[in-house]
Amino acid sequence: MFEYAPAPESRDIVDIQPSYGLFINGEFVEAQGEERAKTVNPATEEVLAEISYAGQADVDRAVRAAQDAYDGVWGRMPGRERAKYLFRIARIIQERAREFAVLESLDNGKPIRESRDVDVPLVAAHFFYYAGWADKLEHAGFGANPRPLGVAGQVIPWNFPLLMLAWKIAPALACGNTVVLKPAETTPLTALLFADVCRQAELPPGVVNIITGAGETGRMLVGREGVDKVAFTGSTEVGKQIARTLAGTGKKLTLELGGKAANIVFEDAPLDQAVEGIVNGIFFNQGHVCCAGSRLLVQESIQDELLDALKRRLATLRLGDPLDKNTDIGAINSAAQLDKIRELSRAGEEEGAERWSPPCELPDRGYWFPPTLFTGVAQSHRIAREEIFGPVLSVLTFRTPAEAIEKANNTPFGLSAGVWTEKGSRILWMAQRLRAGVVWANTFNRFDPASPFGGYKESGFGREGGRHGLEAYLDV
Amino acid sequence: MLVNVSTTTTSPLADAEITDTSLRAFLHGLPGVDQVGAEQRAATLASRSIKTSAKAQAIDLAISMVDLTTLEGADTPGKVRAMCAKAVRPDPADPSVPKVAAVCVYPDLVAQAVRALKGTGVRVASVATAFPSGRSSLDVKVQDTKLAVEAGADEIDMVIDRGAFLSGRYMRVFEEIARIKAACGDAHLKVILETGELVTYDNVRRASWLAMMAGADFIKTSTGKISPAATLPVTMIMLEAVRDFRAATGEMVGVKPAGGIRTTKDAIKHLVLVNEVAGDDWLTPEWYRLGASSLLNDLLMQRQKMTTGRYAGPDHFTLD
Repeated sequence: MFEYAPAPESRDIVDIQPSYGLFINGEFVEAQGEERAKTVNPATEEVLAEISYAGQADVDRAVRAAQDAYDGVWGRMPGRERAKYLFRIARIIQERAREFAVLESLDNGKPIRESRDVDVPLVAAHFFYYAGWADKLEHAGFGANPRPLGVAGQVIPWNFPLLMLAWKIAPALACGNTVVLKPAETTPLTALLFADVCRQAELPPGVVNIITGAGETGRMLVGREGVDKVAFTGSTEVGKQIARTLAGTGKKLTLELGGKAANIVFEDAPLDQAVEGIVNGIFFNQGHVCCAGSRLLVQESIQDELLDALKRRLATLRLGDPLDKNTDIGAINSAAQLDKIRELSRAGEEEGAERWSPPCELPDRGYWFPPTLFTGVAQSHRIAREEIFGPVLSVLTFRTPAEAIEKANNTPFGLSAGVWTEKGSRILWMAQRLRAGVVWANTFNRFDPASPFGGYKESGFGREGGRHGLEAYLDV
Repeated sequence: MLVNVSTTTTSPLADAEITDTSLRAFLHGLPGVDQVGAEQRAATLASRSIKTSAKAQAIDLAISMVDLTTLEGADTPGKVRAMCAKAVRPDPADPSVPKVAAVCVYPDLVAQAVRALKGTGVRVASVATAFPSGRSSLDVKVQDTKLAVEAGADEIDMVIDRGAFLSGRYMRVFEEIARIKAACGDAHLKVILETGELVTYDNVRRASWLAMMAGADFIKTSTGKISPAATLPVTMIMLEAVRDFRAATGEMVGVKPAGGIRTTKDAIKHLVLVNEVAGDDWLTPEWYRLGASSLLNDLLMQRQKMTTGRYAGPDHFTLD
C-alpha cells in the first residue's frame, strides 16, 4: 500500500484577530449593534474569531460612506484611473495568494488544493479582467458613455466567499460604482482580509465597505434607501424575498440563486473523462456549488459500466483535513448545512432510491458528510428536485436525446448543465435546447472571468462575468 | 463495453476469432479520450504532495522499478558491465538501497549483461525488432528477438510498426506482436508503442488494447529516441487500459513508461498515477517499470538527503 503521509499547508501565514469590526469608509470601526457571533473552522469546530453583526445604524453609516465616495471620487474618476486600482488589487491578491487560500480553507472547510488552485487564481483573474474593461466601457455595446448606477448593495454566500466577492466587487468598481458588501456569517474572514487589500492598494475610502452579519443585516442593506443596485447570490428562497422587497423601488436587481443541474452522459462519451467530470461536478467544494451537476442523467445503455467506473473512482477520493494538500473532500461548512444534507439524504432513502458511499472514515470533530450517490432516482423524488448543496449525487437514466432534454429541463431551476458526447453536432443540438445559463460540453464546473454566468427560471436573472456582467452595473 | 465484448460470439479478445474487420471494429469502438479532460486529470494527480515517510517509501519503490538502460551506438562490454554493477548495488556506500529491476541493452550485449548479473536477481531486458524504428521485415525482427532470447534475455522490449498502425493496418501490427511473442518463449514481452509518434490519446488507447490482445506482458510508452516520450497523460491512458483489460479478461498487463523521467519528482508523480488510476496491485516491479538512466542518481541523491538531511554533491554518486 502506498499511503500518502500528511502534507499540511502551514497556517502560520495567516494572522487571525480575536475579533473584527466593520470596514467602513476605509477603516475598521466598532459596530454600533450589540450582536456578536463566532466564526468557526468547520473541520474542527474551533472558534477562529468573533465578528460583529451590523445593525441599522451601521448599515446607514456604510451606505452613506459609499454614497460620499461615489459622489466625491469614484463616480467621476476616469476609467483609466479606476483600472489602476483594480490592477493593483489583482496583483496584491496574487502576492498574498497563499494567505488567502489558507484563510479560505480554514473558515470555509474547502480543501487547500481547491482554494489554492481554483478560488484564489480565479479571484485575481476576475479583477484583472474587469480592470481591463474600466477604460473601455464605451466600447462594450451599452452606448457611447454608459454611466454607473451609484451604490451597489451586495450580499454573497458562504460557498465561495472570496470568489463571490470578486464576482461582485470587480465589475461594480470597474463601472464606477461604490459598494457595500455583506459576506455570509459563517465565512467572513477572507472578505475582511480583502478589506486590508483595499487599504494596501490605497483605494479611496468608502469605495468598498464590508459589513458582517447574518440575514437581518442583509435585509437592512438591500432595503436601505440610497442603495441603487442590489446583487445577491444565495438561496432561491431569500432571492424571492429580496425581489419582493425591491419591487417598485426602482433599484436594479440581479439574482444568482440555486440550481439542480443535469450532467448528461451519452453512450459515446469519453468515459474516463466523463467520470472525472461527474466527480468534479458534484464533489468539487463538497457539492456546495450552485451550478453543481447534482443530477446525473446517464444513457441507460451504459449505466452499469459508468456506475462501476464512478464507484471505483469515488473510492479513491481523500476526505479529511482541508489544509492537507492531498485532500479532495473537505468539511461541510456548517452544522445547519450538514443537517439539511442529512435530512434530504434520508428522504432519498425513504422514497426508495438506493444509497451508496465508498468506505470512508469521517473525522470525530467537525462537520462531515461522505461522498454519496443515489441510484434508482425518479424525477418525482425530492433528491431529484430540491437543491441539496452537498456531496450527494442523484443518478437518473434516459433513452434518447429528446428524453434527456425533457428530464434536464424538468426542474424549476436552470443555472447550468453538462453534456458528454464525442459527437459535436449533438453537443450543439443539446445546448440549443437546454434551459440553463451555462452548458458545459465534455467538462464541468469550469469558470473564466470572460464567460458570463447566470440562470434561467428560479436560478435567477442577470449575468456575472464577461462583457455581459458589465450591464448589471451600468445605467442602461 | 469491454465486458460485453468478451461475452459476445465474435469476441476480439479470443485469439482464434480475431479478423481484420473485428479488430478494427473493436479498436474503433473503444470510448474516446477527451484530450483536455485527460490532461487536466493528469495535472491534478501530479499536484499530490508526497512527503516524509511516503516519500521515503516512494523512492525505494521507484529504485526497485528502474530498468537501467543504455541504448547507444557507442555501448561496449565495459560500459554494460559497469552499468550492471550499478544495477545490483546502486549506492556502494549504502547496502540498504534496493537493487533495480532490470538492465536494458541492445541484443548483442545481452550475453555480457547476463554474465555480469548471474545470480543477482536483476533481470536482463533487451530491445529487439529493429529497434528503435522497427523498419525491417518480420523475419529480421524475429531473428533479432531470437538473438536476444538465446543470449539469455529475460525480457524483450519490441517496437510496434507505427507506420502500419497509423495507416490502419491493425492486423499486421497484431500479427507481428503475436509472432514476436512466440519467439520470446519464456521471456516476457514488452511492447513499445512509441506514443510520441502515435500522437493522439485515442491512438494510445487503441494501440494499448491492440498490444494487450496480441499477447503483450507489458505495454511500454517509448523508445526514448523520440520526444515527447513518457508524458503523464500518456502513461495515465495506458494505466486505464491495463485496468480495463483486467476488468474485461482477468489478466494483468504491466506498464513501463520510458524516456523523459529524470527526477525523483517525476518518478513519484508516476507512482501516484499508478496508485490512483490502476490501483496498488500495479505498484510492484513486477507490474510497473521506469525506463530510465539518469533518474537513478537523482533517486539516490534524494534518498540520501532523506536519511542525512543534507544533499551530497554529484560526485558522491557513481556515473556508470
